[in-house]
Amino acid sequence: MAEKTLLHLEDLKLHFRTGKGAVRAVDGVTFDLGYQEAVVVLGESGCGKSSLAKAILRLLPRNVDAYSGKVYLEGQDVMPLSDEEFRYQVRWVRMSMVPQAAMNSLNPVLKVGDQVAEPMIVHSRMKKEDALAQAAKMFQNVGVPIDFLGRYAFELSGGMRQRVAIAMALVTLPRLIILDEPTSALDVLTQANIMNVLKRVKKELEISYILITHDIATSSELANRVVVMYAGLIVEDSDAMRFFQKPLHPYSQMLMASVPRLRGDKEPEFITGQPPSLYNLPPGCRFADRCPLRFDACDQDPLLVEIESRRVACWKYV
Amino acid sequence: MTLTIENKEQVQVQATNEQSDVLLSVKDLQVWFELKRFGIGHAGYVKAVDGVTFDLHRGEAIAVVGESGCGKSSLMKTILGLYRPTGGQVFFNGQQISTLNPKDLRWYRSQVGYVQQDPYGALPPFMTVERILGEPLRINGITNRFEIRERIYKVLEEVKMFPVDDYLYKYPHMLSGGQQQRVVIARAMILKPKLIVADEPVSMLDASVRVEILRIMRGLQKTHNLAFIYITHDLSTVRYFSERIFVMYAGKLVEKAPVHNLLHNSRHPYTHALLAASSDPDARNAAVYRDVPPGEPPSLVRPPAGCRFHPRCAHFMEGLCNVQDPPDFEVETNHLVSCWLYKPEKPQ
Repeated sequence: MAEKTLLHLEDLKLHFRTGKGAVRAVDGVTFDLGYQEAVVVLGESGCGKSSLAKAILRLLPRNVDAYSGKVYLEGQDVMPLSDEEFRYQVRWVRMSMVPQAAMNSLNPVLKVGDQVAEPMIVHSRMKKEDALAQAAKMFQNVGVPIDFLGRYAFELSGGMRQRVAIAMALVTLPRLIILDEPTSALDVLTQANIMNVLKRVKKELEISYILITHDIATSSELANRVVVMYAGLIVEDSDAMRFFQKPLHPYSQMLMASVPRLRGDKEPEFITGQPPSLYNLPPGCRFADRCPLRFDACDQDPLLVEIESRRVACWKYV
Repeated sequence: MTLTIENKEQVQVQATNEQSDVLLSVKDLQVWFELKRFGIGHAGYVKAVDGVTFDLHRGEAIAVVGESGCGKSSLMKTILGLYRPTGGQVFFNGQQISTLNPKDLRWYRSQVGYVQQDPYGALPPFMTVERILGEPLRINGITNRFEIRERIYKVLEEVKMFPVDDYLYKYPHMLSGGQQQRVVIARAMILKPKLIVADEPVSMLDASVRVEILRIMRGLQKTHNLAFIYITHDLSTVRYFSERIFVMYAGKLVEKAPVHNLLHNSRHPYTHALLAASSDPDARNAAVYRDVPPGEPPSLVRPPAGCRFHPRCAHFMEGLCNVQDPPDFEVETNHLVSCWLYKPEKPQ
């Protein structure tokens, strides 16, 4: 593990118990994240990307079947911490999250300023006035007028509410923020605005991001690195520059080809078939059924091999 | 757009004469919703659609692009006959739809299909695919079991749900998002309509299946010579699947142009902003900030005087843009822009 690693995940697993058996939502994920780095986790719905976010932040539902692996944050193994310790030392102190549809989950009966200040009062035992001052500072960082502190969520537009949700994640000055589909419900102009805010915050407050999304075009606005997940596993991990030029894994290539482009005249293609159900996964490459390049070796699990400091899980590259 | 009364009458006469090619004709449409104070007093109007005019030809696909709250859904619902226009008219096949009697309205609804945004919410959870598709037929007086069966098979094959027997007795929750959306499209198609209105038909779907759904709709449009109206906020998808794009801002259509013109030679400052804010996957994006016009779309209760984009516009001209509403200027054939920047030197 290098010195400059902020977050290191090792064989992280999160399985859920359901009536039909165990769902292997996150099935052994390993990757590193550096300081001030933005990693995009791409994948179709149901590939385990949101579960990965929950597994990192230990926001677990009740039906957890298995939760294992290692999570190192700034060199410290946080898995042995008890839930209470984790809550006070890690979650929302050193890493926080902007959950999916955050703008619609603000408390309707609390002023947004109080909501943003709350983590400071809880975690840092701050006085309310100081916490509100800190919240006001965060509002400036994300571009919300300060007099919005005393407003309620319903008085704000969607873009403003999303900024408030980001301010809420930022207020304790964590090192890492996990963003789960931060712009998917927003309009084009608002989306561009939020992306601008995230870029600026990253530079000014020296923050790392894990951005979870299925919107490849928007993700390129922020990405330093791209991790592609398929059926609970990482299939490709590459720097953004080379990924957007030439992805390695067949799935990533097909994903890229499915993006409609505004500039350039290539018609988008679609991926036939559906992702496998995560209940009883057959052995072998999980993408094999939909893969145009399938050959004999694909009946066995591919390993994540490293090629020129990119990682890809495909027998083609072994 | 200000039309005098004489003009309006002329327009009506024209509409009936052009029956051959124009399928849907929207004339200076206004959809205002009254705001009440304490449930009784009048407190103004939400001007959701304010002066929208366009013609839709048979077999043509158009896309209405705009941000949420710009009135595109109100426009769509008025075309579907779900809202009554407060001003202006909608003609379908030369008939004004707001004056149709209930019997003709049923005919109209069989001519216009509706593809909803959220397929799961649009399909009744307690009905099988077969019942969902059979219901519109029964309501419209087709009771022969064999005919119903035959038409269900045909329409499911058209939306590429093979083998049909696998799906007939499934409930919506047993289908994937893409399959649900195909059932919604099949339901819109089963009465053999002339026009399909699709409200963000792929925004709830995964990127990998979006293209497939759009291709299916494009295929149906071509084979049946259907007219299509897509309502969307995503410029990059519509370019492959429509002939013309209309850009809507704060209740008005600000630019109407063929797809190629709009993408490569857009005129309205708002369209410029939309295009500049949409990204293509490219790692270089991360290094730059995007240009976004300041502010937010205006309230539709008290929209700005004159051009509604003027408070956010970089080309704002004092004394003109904030005073007078810009009419549509034709900058090229079929390319209409409602912006004072394109005012011809000499009056037309």
